Amino acid sequence: MTYQPQKDFGTPESRSDAAVSLTIDGREVTVPAGTSVMRAAAEQGTSIPKLCATDSVKSYGSCRLCLVEIDGRRGTPASCTTQVEPGMVVRTQTPQLAKLRKGVMELYISDHPLDCLTCAANGDCELQDQAGAVGLRDVRYDVQATHLGQEKDHSNPYFDFDPSKCIACSRCIRACDEVQGTLALTMEGRGWDSKISAGFASDNFMGSECVSCGACVQACPTATLVEKKVVEVGTPERSVVTTCAYCGVGCTFRAEMRGEQLVRMVPYKDGKANRGHSCVKGRFAWGYAQHQERILKPMIRKSINDPWRAVEWDEAFAYTASELKRISAKYGRNALGGITSSRCTNEETFLVQKLVRAGFGNNNVDTCARVCHSPTGYGLKTTFGTSAGTQDFDSVEDSDVILIIGANPTDGHPVFASRMKRRLRGQDGRPGAKLIVIDPRRTDIVRSPHIEAQHHLPLRPGTNVAVLTAMAHVIVTEGLADEAFIRERCDWDEYSHWAEFVSQARNSPENLQPVTLVDAEDLRAAARLYATGGNGAIYYGLGVTEHSQGSSTVMAIANLAMATGNIGRSGVGVNPLRGQNNVQGACDMGSFPHELAGYRHISDHDARSLFEKDWGVTLDPEPGLRIPNMLDAAVDGVFKALYCQGEDILQSDPNTAHVSAGLAAMECVIVHDLFLNETANYAHIFLPGSTFLEKNGTFTNAERRIQPVRKVMTPMNGLEDWEVTQRLAQAMGLDWNYSHPSEIMDEIARLTPTFAGVSFARLDALGSLQWPVTADAPDGSPIMHIDGFVRGKGKFVVTDYVPTDEKTGPRFPLLLTTGRILSQYNVGAQTRRTENVAWHPEDLLEIHPVDAEDRGVKSGDWVKLASRAGETTLRANVTDRVAPGVVYTTFHHAVTQANVVTTDYSDWATNCPEYKVTAVQISASNGPTEWQEEYEAFSARARRVESGIAAE
Amino acid sequence: MNSEERLIYMANQIATNLATDAAPVAAVADHIQAFWDPRMKRMIFAHGTDGLSPVAAAAIRLLADAQNGG
Ligand code: SF4
Ligand code: SF4
Ligand code: SF4
Ligand code: FES
Repeated sequence: MTYQPQKDFGTPESRSDAAVSLTIDGREVTVPAGTSVMRAAAEQGTSIPKLCATDSVKSYGSCRLCLVEIDGRRGTPASCTTQVEPGMVVRTQTPQLAKLRKGVMELYISDHPLDCLTCAANGDCELQDQAGAVGLRDVRYDVQATHLGQEKDHSNPYFDFDPSKCIACSRCIRACDEVQGTLALTMEGRGWDSKISAGFASDNFMGSECVSCGACVQACPTATLVEKKVVEVGTPERSVVTTCAYCGVGCTFRAEMRGEQLVRMVPYKDGKANRGHSCVKGRFAWGYAQHQERILKPMIRKSINDPWRAVEWDEAFAYTASELKRISAKYGRNALGGITSSRCTNEETFLVQKLVRAGFGNNNVDTCARVCHSPTGYGLKTTFGTSAGTQDFDSVEDSDVILIIGANPTDGHPVFASRMKRRLRGQDGRPGAKLIVIDPRRTDIVRSPHIEAQHHLPLRPGTNVAVLTAMAHVIVTEGLADEAFIRERCDWDEYSHWAEFVSQARNSPENLQPVTLVDAEDLRAAARLYATGGNGAIYYGLGVTEHSQGSSTVMAIANLAMATGNIGRSGVGVNPLRGQNNVQGACDMGSFPHELAGYRHISDHDARSLFEKDWGVTLDPEPGLRIPNMLDAAVDGVFKALYCQGEDILQSDPNTAHVSAGLAAMECVIVHDLFLNETANYAHIFLPGSTFLEKNGTFTNAERRIQPVRKVMTPMNGLEDWEVTQRLAQAMGLDWNYSHPSEIMDEIARLTPTFAGVSFARLDALGSLQWPVTADAPDGSPIMHIDGFVRGKGKFVVTDYVPTDEKTGPRFPLLLTTGRILSQYNVGAQTRRTENVAWHPEDLLEIHPVDAEDRGVKSGDWVKLASRAGETTLRANVTDRVAPGVVYTTFHHAVTQANVVTTDYSDWATNCPEYKVTAVQISASNGPTEWQEEYEAFSARARRVESGIAAE
Repeated sequence: MNSEERLIYMANQIATNLATDAAPVAAVADHIQAFWDPRMKRMIFAHGTDGLSPVAAAAIRLLADAQNGG
C-alpha cells in the first residue's frame, strides 16, 4: 500500500447519542449532536481546507481557512468551531469562500520559508497541501522576515524544532495540554511575532518539562516539529499497523516504512488502548532493534569460562537438543525447565510452555511475571475467579473517584496516565474525578498541572494490607458498605466473617497509624471518598504485588471493590497495571508451573486430558518448579538445564548472588535473546532472538486486549522466535509443523475456552479483541463480571496484616523501595541502547534531606547502599519526594545491580519477590564496590567471542 | 538459607497468612498441594515437623498421610 497519513477529521469525535441531520454541498449527512460542521463534512468525504484544526484536539478557530457559508447565517463562520444543527444547509465551495481562503493562505505563505523542495516534510505538509487546495498560485505580499531565519532547536534526541517554519496554529500547545497533559508549551508574543516556546524563553525542549511523547510532533501541520529520522531518511512510503512492545498499555502504532527501513512509529488513532497517543518509548525508542550489539548468529561454548563460538542454526539446534537429552538421561526429566517471556508474543510463549510440558516432560515452566504480577494471578483468581483486570481503559472516563495504590502511571504506563489525567482535570464543564494515591513516594500524579490528589497516603513500605484493612474498617463500621450488591453478588457468610474481622478495634486507622504512619483522619476521609464518591476505580501496580503480602494486598483490594459495589460496570473495577507488554498474555498462555492456558490447574483432569489428546502426550499432573525453586534445586544439584527466552533473570530477579549461584550450578543454560544480557554470562548456548518488528503474533495488554503484532521487516537473524522454539522442538524429536503463528493461535483457541472465538482473521477484521471471546461474547468483553463473578459468588477473603520479616534495625535503619522511570524500561536492555539514555544516564538513589544530612550526603555524591544481602554504589539525589526513613531507586542499569541488595523474601502465596522493601544503610563512598568491579571484569570475560570481544 | 530451611520458612509463612481462614490446616495443605513441586513436598515430608508452626505442621502431616494413603 502506498503511503497515506491517517485521515484527519479536523475535530474530535462527539460521544453524543442524539443524531443530527444536515445538508452539506447538497448532500445530506447524519452525525452525532455536538459534531463540528468540519467533521460532518469530513465524514461525508468533503475536506474543508484547514490549518489550526486537527482531530486530536479541540478546535480553536484561529486560522480562518475553514470558512463556510450557512443558509440563514451572516458572514462566513469557521466550520471547525461551528456545531451542526438540524436542517442546516452548508456550502463549502463558493467563489466568495475561495477568495477569502486564498487571501488567508497568501498571508501564511508570505511568512514561510519557500524551501519546500528541500524540506523534510515535503509531500507530508499540510501547509503545502492547503496552498494547493485553495489554488494559491502567487503571493502578492513581500515576503516578510518576521520570524524567518530563527535558530533551530536540536536538543531533543528524536525531533527538531524549527521556529522559522511555524505558522502559530497552536496545535502543538493544545496537543501537549489536552492529549499528553504535560502543559510544557506556551505561545509567546502576538500575531506574526508569536512563537512557540517550551517553558521559558531560555528553555530548549530538553531543558523543559517535555517528556518527549511526540503528541506535538504528530499535531504539527508543518515541518516545524519533525522527527529527526524523517529529516535523515525521508518521508515514509508505506505503513503497517502493529503493537508497541514496551509496556502493558499496548499502544497501537503505524510502523511507517521506507523499503525495509523503519522511518517512524506513529500512534494509530483507531488503537483502542491508546486512541492515537504514545509515549517516548514506543514512539521513538526503537533504535535498539538495529543496534550493532545485537547478536545475529547462534553461539555455543562448553563452559562459561570459554569464549563463545558462533555456529550455524543447524549446529546450534542439534547441539542444544543433544545437551538437553543428555541431561535428561543422566539426571532425570525433572532436571530441565524453561522460562517464558512477557516480552514475547502469546504464540511464542505458548510454544515454550508446550516444549517444556510436552517435550521436557515436566511442568518446570515459569515466567518473569513471577517477579511482578503472580500475586495478581493468585489474588484475583481467588476472589473473582479469573486472573485479570476487570475494565477496559475507556472505563476511566466514567470514573468519579480514582484510587491508585503502588503504581506510578505517569512513569510506568504513560499513555494510560494521560487518559487518566484528562479525566482528573475534568473537561467541558464536567468536573474532574477525585484522586486518592497510596504510595510511600510523592509520585508525579499526586501533584501535576491542574491535578491535585485529594488524599496522598504516604504509607511505610510494606504496610499495604494494614492500610487497606483500615479503609475496610471505616467502610464497614461507618455503614458505607453496599449491602444490596454484596447480598446479590457475593457470598454473604464470607462477607459477614470478613466484615466482623475488619470491624475489630485493632484494625481501626487510629490503631494502625503507628504501623502504617498514615494519618488516621486522612485515611478515614479517603475511605469515605472511595465508598461514597460515585464510581470508584482502583488501579494498582508492582508496589502492591512485590511484597511478602502481595497476594493478600490484591485480595484486600478486591474486598474493598466488592464491599462498595464497585465491580461490573464502566467507571469502576480493579485494574492491575501490567509492567511488560505481554505480562497478561504470558500468564494467560499457561506459563505458570501449576496452570495450563486459561488458568486451569494442572491437576484438573478434564483440562489436562484436553491437552493430552491434542498433543498426543501424557502430562504430569503435579505442579512444576517456580523460578526461585528452580534456582534452589540447581544449587542442590538436581536442576541442570534451563531454556530462558527473552528474560534476563540475573538482572531482574532478587538476590543476584543466589541467582548467579543457581545459574553457575547448571550444565546447560540456553539464553534466547536479542543481546548478550547478564544471564548470558552464565549461558552455554545463545540463540539470537528477533524484535517485535520482525515477527507476527499477538500481545495481550493490561485490559485483556489481544492485539496483532505484525512483521514489518525480515528478521536479521533469519528466524522469528517461534520458529526458533519450533526448530528446537523438532531437533528434540517433537513433530511440530506450524507454518504461521496463526496456526498456534488456532491451537490456543481450541484448548482455551476464554479464547474460543479468537483467530488472526477476526483480529485483522476487528483490530483487537478483549478476552473472554466466547459464544456468549463473540466480540470480546471490555468489562468483566457484569452480571455475576466468573467464579459465581464473589469471595471475601480475610487478609490479616503480617509484618514482613525484612526489618529495619540499628545496622540497616532505612527502607529501600524500587521503581521505574518513564524513559527507561525494566532492566533497560532495550532503552539503554537508544537515545533515551539522555534522560536517565544512571540509576540514582532518592533520599530524604534529613536522612542525607545525618549521613553527610549531598545530591550527586557517590553512596554505598548496603543490605543484609549485599551492597552496591550509586549516586544520591536528595529530595523530599520520599519520606524520612525511606530511600528509593530504579533498576534500569546493569552496573548498579540494585538486586545485589534485594533479599529473597517473597510473597507467601506465589514467591513473587519482595522488591519493594529492603532494610538498608547508606554511607558515603568514593566509587564502585569490589563486587561491582569484579562483576564487570567477569562479565567482560564471559562475553568474549572467539573472533574478538562482543561489547555490551 | 538452604533449600530445606527455605521450605520450612515458606510453610510457616503460608500458615501465618492463612491463619484467619475458616479451616486453616486444610487451607495450608491445599495451598502446598497446589503450588509445590513433588520434590519440595518430598523434602518437607522427609524433614518432618521440626521448626514448623502448629498449623503448618498439621498441614504437612495431613498431606503426608494423604500421599501415603493414596
Ligand atoms: S513531546 Fe509531548 S510533552 Fe513534549 S512538548 Fe510535545 S506534546 Fe508536550
Ligand atoms: S510548531 Fe507546528 S503545531 Fe506548533 S504552532 Fe507552530 S506550526 Fe503549529
Ligand atoms: S505507553 Fe507503553 S505501550 Fe504505549 S507507547 Fe509507551 S511504552 Fe509503548
Ligand atoms: S481550521 Fe478552523 S479556523 Fe483554523
